[in-house]
Amino acid sequence: MLEIGLSHYLTVAAILFTLGLFGIFLNRKNIIIILMSIELMLLAVNINLVAFSAHLNDLMGQIFAMFILTVAAAEAAIGLAILVVYYRNRGSIEVEDINVMKG
Amino acid sequence: MTELPDMLAAGPEIFLAVMGMVLMMVGVFSSEKRALGIVSGLAVASLVVTLASVVWMADGRIVAFSGLFLTDSFAVFMKTLVLLGAVLVLIMSENYIQREGMARFEFPVLVIYATVGMMMMISANDLISLYIGLELQSLSLYVLAAFQRDRGRSSEAGLKYFVLGALSSCLLLYGCSLIYGFTGTTQFEALAVLFTGKESAASPGLVVGIVFLSAGLAFKVSAVPFHMWTPDVYEGAPTPVTAFFAVAPKIAAIALFLRVMLEPFGGLIDEWRQIIVLISVASMVLGAFAAVAQRNIKRLMAYSSIGHVGYALVGLASGSEAGLRGVLIYMAIYLVMNVGAFACILCMQINGRMVEQIDDLAGSAKSHPMMALGILVFMFSLAGIPPMAGFFGKFFIFTAAIEAELYTLAIIGVVSSVVGAFYYLRIVKIVYFDDLLEPFDKPIGRSLGTIMTLSGVVTILFFLYPAPILDSASIAAAALFPG
Repeated sequence: MLEIGLSHYLTVAAILFTLGLFGIFLNRKNIIIILMSIELMLLAVNINLVAFSAHLNDLMGQIFAMFILTVAAAEAAIGLAILVVYYRNRGSIEVEDINVMKG
Repeated sequence: MTELPDMLAAGPEIFLAVMGMVLMMVGVFSSEKRALGIVSGLAVASLVVTLASVVWMADGRIVAFSGLFLTDSFAVFMKTLVLLGAVLVLIMSENYIQREGMARFEFPVLVIYATVGMMMMISANDLISLYIGLELQSLSLYVLAAFQRDRGRSSEAGLKYFVLGALSSCLLLYGCSLIYGFTGTTQFEALAVLFTGKESAASPGLVVGIVFLSAGLAFKVSAVPFHMWTPDVYEGAPTPVTAFFAVAPKIAAIALFLRVMLEPFGGLIDEWRQIIVLISVASMVLGAFAAVAQRNIKRLMAYSSIGHVGYALVGLASGSEAGLRGVLIYMAIYLVMNVGAFACILCMQINGRMVEQIDDLAGSAKSHPMMALGILVFMFSLAGIPPMAGFFGKFFIFTAAIEAELYTLAIIGVVSSVVGAFYYLRIVKIVYFDDLLEPFDKPIGRSLGTIMTLSGVVTILFFLYPAPILDSASIAAAALFPG
């Protein structure tokens, strides 16, 4: 019987984190997807922290995870607010349209 | 139970956070026309009170909140710079926000919250408080960047800043989680103890964690290769917000970078020095070469600030007390000259409309001799030409690099600062020798004029009386290198 240990959790978290990273860079469609990718990355970090916390038998990681959850909520709220303001000005939320300023 | 003296160390932060909430209430309950005036006056006053209490309460090294929070002379020095930057920017922005349709009282409140976040970052003594401070600062700054909500450029700047800032927070957090997992602690002091011994080789997981953490921090200080957001955000954000971005958050992020690298991971300097050297060289070179082609003055300042971060990181790469002292002096001078330069940029308006192209400055020496003199002083100083203050900033940093035997780094730094001098001097040439096209509006406002004069005088006369900054930087640098 396969024992699910720390390394499995870490692998899942790493995969989720990478998915989120690629979601931000490869996505050419919609800003909402970027917001979802950011959430995915934050949750991957949370899995990491909780897994380590259980493994080390130390509560600090779980406290950290609670803080991240709280901040992630605020971050999503602000991101959506900025997105709404942007949509009102531009009438579109496609990633390819964000190009008034170029570097 | 937390006893009162334990919380007293964070007194200035608590006061400023409470004032933020009070000001929000004041803004809501006063009449719409007067709200902004009252709130920004009170905001400046409470920032000044906080500044005074930070300086007054400076009392060696105090650890509070069960090791989450720490004040020492390094923190006091950096907080002084951040608070000065916030106060000056608030004063400078008063005219602008009235004129450009952003006259809402939330502006000073957001600046206050961002400042509280920066003070938290500077005083962080644990990965958790580091993250909370960083996010409090970033979340306020995202909103500030998008503050001109009826302008497409501003909201685009806010959106870009948000997406890339959130991405960098994720990288930083992933690094934090790995560091926690492979060491079993989030406290800086406990981490420092782990890495002091000679035989303490870092495990691969920990190294990956440190790389992620420093990538996240490099994002916040906008060092190459994590700089892509900077030019767009600086160009799109309203000018006073750009001025704020260029001084306060940058200084706070550099302070955080210094503390994290030198305090908990100081024992691992051989592991991270290569990364910092690489980032620093790339930033200096990109800052020097990419700015040459810019037509927009705010974009140019963005590349200039990327370059300056590169110079500051040279001091970090040397990893010595002299290097740290150099960075502290550099940041103090950087604050003064950038505030001055942005005061000049805020004067650039024709017929009540802001202009941002460098060509609009043509011949302004004929219509505005004082402002032109200001631009001359600040550009010379940014380029690092003696006897301006900017020269001494670079001097201390490169001396420290040579002492640490980082000769290549010092040479690349000097060469790129010579290349950088080209575009700073081109602005001076445009101001003084090109033909006047359309003069800027005449009265530039008393507060802008005063700030320009003050920072100009400090920039020019720094070499006569450098002792206060040099001494306090030495004391502050000693705080991170005990014994």
